[in-house]
Amino acid sequence: MLGFLIRRIIQSIFVMLAVALIAFMMFRFMGDPVNSLVAENATVEERDAVRERLGLDQPLWVQYGRFVARAATGDFGLSWRNARPVSTLLAERFPATAELVLVAAGLSLLLGIPLGILTALRPHSFSTQTLQFFSLIGISLPTFVTGILLILVFSVWLGWLPSFGRGTVVDIGWWSTGFLTLSGLKALVLPSVMLCLFQLTLIMRLVRAEMMEVLRTDYIKFARARGLTNRSIHFRHALKNTLIPVITIFGLQLGGLIAFAIVTETVFQWPGMGALFIQAVSFGDVPVMAAYLVLVSLIFVVINTTVDLLYAVLDPRLRVDGARAAH
Amino acid sequence: MTILTVENLTVCFPGRRGTINAIEDVSLSVSAGEILGMVGESGAGKSMTGAAIIGLIEPPGRIAKGEIRLEGERIDNLRPEAMRRLRGRRIGAIFQDPLTSLNPVLTVGEQLIETIQTHLRLPRSQARERAIDWLRRVGIPAPEARIDTYPHQYSGGMRQRVVIALALCAEPQLVIADEPTTALDVSVQAQIIALLRKLARETGVAVILVTHDMGVIAETADRVAVMYAGRIVEIGEVADVLTAPKHPYTSGLMASIPRIGERPETLPQIEGAMPRPHARPEGCAFAPRCPHRMEICTRERPEPRGTLTRSVACHLTEEVPA
Ligand SMILES: Nc1ncnc2c1ncn2[C@@H]1O[C@H](COP(=O)(O)OP(=O)(O)OP(=O)(O)O)[C@@H](O)[C@H]1O
Ligand SMILES: [Mg+2]
Repeated sequence: MLGFLIRRIIQSIFVMLAVALIAFMMFRFMGDPVNSLVAENATVEERDAVRERLGLDQPLWVQYGRFVARAATGDFGLSWRNARPVSTLLAERFPATAELVLVAAGLSLLLGIPLGILTALRPHSFSTQTLQFFSLIGISLPTFVTGILLILVFSVWLGWLPSFGRGTVVDIGWWSTGFLTLSGLKALVLPSVMLCLFQLTLIMRLVRAEMMEVLRTDYIKFARARGLTNRSIHFRHALKNTLIPVITIFGLQLGGLIAFAIVTETVFQWPGMGALFIQAVSFGDVPVMAAYLVLVSLIFVVINTTVDLLYAVLDPRLRVDGARAAH
Repeated sequence: MTILTVENLTVCFPGRRGTINAIEDVSLSVSAGEILGMVGESGAGKSMTGAAIIGLIEPPGRIAKGEIRLEGERIDNLRPEAMRRLRGRRIGAIFQDPLTSLNPVLTVGEQLIETIQTHLRLPRSQARERAIDWLRRVGIPAPEARIDTYPHQYSGGMRQRVVIALALCAEPQLVIADEPTTALDVSVQAQIIALLRKLARETGVAVILVTHDMGVIAETADRVAVMYAGRIVEIGEVADVLTAPKHPYTSGLMASIPRIGERPETLPQIEGAMPRPHARPEGCAFAPRCPHRMEICTRERPEPRGTLTRSVACHLTEEVPA
C-alpha cells in the first residue's frame, strides 16, 4: 500500500511538472510580456532593464525552474489586469467555486445512487421508464440551456430563487461561505442544480447498469439460493460491488464538475474561479490563466489519487498485502 | 425416509415462438443420506429441474404442472417469502463455478455468518464458531485464520469447499449440486466428490448430483436419473442402470463414457443431436436417433413405466422393470 502511494505521488509530481510547463509556455505564446509592462515610447535600455529585473534575459529552462519553484509556494506573480497577487485573487474566488461544486457533487451522489438502485431493482416499472426518459434529456441537453430554462422558470416566472450572484456571504477567516444565510442557500440552488444535472443522470444510469450487471452474477444467484433476504442481497451483496466502479467515474467527474463550473458561473454570474478565468481570458491576463490551469490540474491529480486509494480500500482483490492464494 | 418427491413436474417458458417446456413430466424422489445422480446432454433440463425444486426459475418461466414435496409438504406453491426461508435452511444449492459463486468483496466468514444468522437464531459469536466449524468440516486448513480472508485468497478447490460449507451451514435436508466439479482441475475433482459423499453420509443430507461424468455417477451416486430432451427417460439404482440399461439412450451414454473432465456436447456414439425444446418430435424425443426405433415410437410418446425409484420411458420396455 505504501509503495503504491509513493508511486502515485511520484507520478503526480511528473504530471504537475508537465502542466507547469504548459502554463509556463502560455507566457511565451502571449507575446513579449515586456511590451505590456513598459511605456510605448520606452528606450531599448529601459526595456532591457525591465527584462533583466524580471529575469527574462535568462535561459528558458532557468526561467521555467524559477516558475516552478515559485508556483510550488503558491506564488504566481501579479495579475496583469489589476496588479494584485494572483494567489490572493484565486483565494478570494476559491470558496465560491468549492461550495458550488461540493453541493452539486453531493446532490448528484445523494440522488443518483438511490435512483440508480431503484431503477435497477424495478426495471419495468412506470417510474423507471419515466426516470430513464428524463435522464436521457438530462444527459443530452447542453447545460447552459438547462441553466437558462431554470432561470426562466424559477427566477423570472415564479420569482422563487435569485438568478445571479451568491446572495449574502459570511466570512470565516479567509473563507466566505454562503451556507450560513438563507439568501446564500437560495442562491446556491439553481447553479448547483444546473451543474449537477449531467453528473446526476450519469451516475443514475451508471449505478443502474452496474447494479443490473451485478444482479446477474453467480454470487448473487448463490446468495439467493442460500435464502438471504432481498434487502441483504440488494444493499449488502450487490451494492458494494456496484459502487466500486462508480467511485472511479465519480472521481473523474468531480474534476469535470470543476471544469463545467466555468459555464455555470458564467450563466449565473457566480463569483468563482471559473468566472475569474473567463475574465482573465478576455483580458489576456496570463498569470491568472496559468495559475488557474495549475490549480485545477492539482485538484484533478489529488482527486484521482484519492480515488485509486479508495478503490484499493473497497476492493479486497486490489489490497496486495497478504493476498496469497492457498493451494 | 423420503425427503423430496417430484411428480409430473413441467416448467414452461412463454416466449415469442409460443410456449416451450424446458422440462416435462419429471418425476423423481430422494431419500435422506441418498445421492441421486443426474446425467444427460447439455440442455436436457438438469439445471432447470434443480431450479424448480429450489424455487429459482427465472421469469417468465414457471411451473405449469406437477408437484414438489419436501417431507410430504408441497413447496411448489409457496409464497416467495416462505420459499426464501426454506432456501438454505432446508434445501441447499452448490453451483458449478466456485470462482464466481462467492462475493468478492465480503470475507468468507462474513458470507458464512450471514447465512447462518439468516436461518438460525444464533448470536454472532456462536454463528462465527459454527462457521469455523464448517470450514474445518469441509477441509479448510487453519479455519480460525482463513475465516477472515477474502475468496480471492483461496484456490479453486478451496473455494468450492467454502461453497459447500455455505450450502450446508444451516443444515438443509437436501442439497442440489449442479456440476460441482466441472470448473475444477481434474486433480481436485475427486477430492470434492469424496467430500460431498462423506458429508452426505455424516449429516444424512439428501443430494441431487448433476454431472456429465458417468464415472462420478458410478462411484458416488446411489441412484441415477437419465434426462433427455426435458424428460427423465430412465431412473433407478446405479448398479442396475449402469450394468443393465433399459433405455437405448442410456445404453448409448454408457458406450460413450467420456474421459474425466470432458464435457460431451454431443455424443459421438449416438448419431444426431438432441432436439431443442421447440422442435421436439411428436412421439419419443429420442426416436430420430434411436437404433431400435419402431413404428409406434414416432407416433406415441412412451410414458415412464415403473415406480418412482425405477422406471423407464421406452416402448421397448413392455413390462414393469423389477
Ligand atoms: N431462461 C430460459 N428461457 C427459455 N428457455 C430456457 C431458459 N433457461 C433454460 N431454458 C431451456 O431449458 C432447457 C433445459 O436447460 P438446462 O439449463 O436445465 O439444461 P442442462 O441439462 O442443465 O444443461 P447443461 O448440461 O448445459 O447445464 C434447455 O433446452 C434450455 O434451452
Ligand atoms: Mg446445467
